[in-house]
Amino acid sequence: MTGSTVVTTSVVVDAPVDEAFTVFTKDIGSWWPTDHHILQAPLAAMVFEPRVGGHVYDVGTDGSECHWARVLAYEPPTRVVFSWDITLQWQVETDPARTSEVEVRFFPEGERRTRVELEHRHIDRHGDGWENMRDAVGSPEGWGSGLQHFVRRLERSPVGDM
Amino acid sequence: METNSLALGVLGDPTRRAIFEHLGERSSAVVDLAALVPVSRPAVSQHLKVLRDAGLVRDVQVGNRRIYSLDPDGIAGLRDYLDRFWNTALHSFKARVEHQREGTP
Repeated sequence: MTGSTVVTTSVVVDAPVDEAFTVFTKDIGSWWPTDHHILQAPLAAMVFEPRVGGHVYDVGTDGSECHWARVLAYEPPTRVVFSWDITLQWQVETDPARTSEVEVRFFPEGERRTRVELEHRHIDRHGDGWENMRDAVGSPEGWGSGLQHFVRRLERSPVGDM
Repeated sequence: METNSLALGVLGDPTRRAIFEHLGERSSAVVDLAALVPVSRPAVSQHLKVLRDAGLVRDVQVGNRRIYSLDPDGIAGLRDYLDRFWNTALHSFKARVEHQREGTP
């Protein structure tokens, strides 16, 4: 089932690599989908601390903070890795063993063009529910054709359309 | 998108999650599940309906028993959710980077 717990996608942007990297990290609040926050209060800002061991967090208008990622690698302007500390119930996951991770790599394709490749991996770490699901599907007495369908879905090529 | 958001939301209920996790180990009838969780049989049926509507659980009639199991399409749906999320996010990112460049001399 290798690969079954990974999501990959990519995009090509008309911008130099350092600029793409800066917008992705420091300016994350300028493009992150607005309906994907788990803060209770209205969102005031997003902060990406540019160092290994830093956090990515949302700040509410009431001053509350939601730390939903830890920076695991920070190598401007080509690579950044952060954890995904969010449970399947959209709560902050406090146990690092139950978090997945996102790696983003930036490849220059000319002076003003950058390919951005993103991999969200170890999705199975998000808890027993997921593991049980996967094991049930993978068991020999499992679901036969259902399993085949499951594997086909997981092996479908990445959706990156650029 | 709707279905997958729903799938993530319904697992927030502890009883539902217990039922769901048990079904991950073995397919079961309502009566078996009711013995495992501290709620009535009708309540278990109601939870199963919610799980089924979210695409996480399916059922088959075997003799006079209805047997519930996890739905592999629903499981793939959770993964699809993240797949779609990142595509949306990266396109939003692209729009932002390129818009910013237009503003730069």
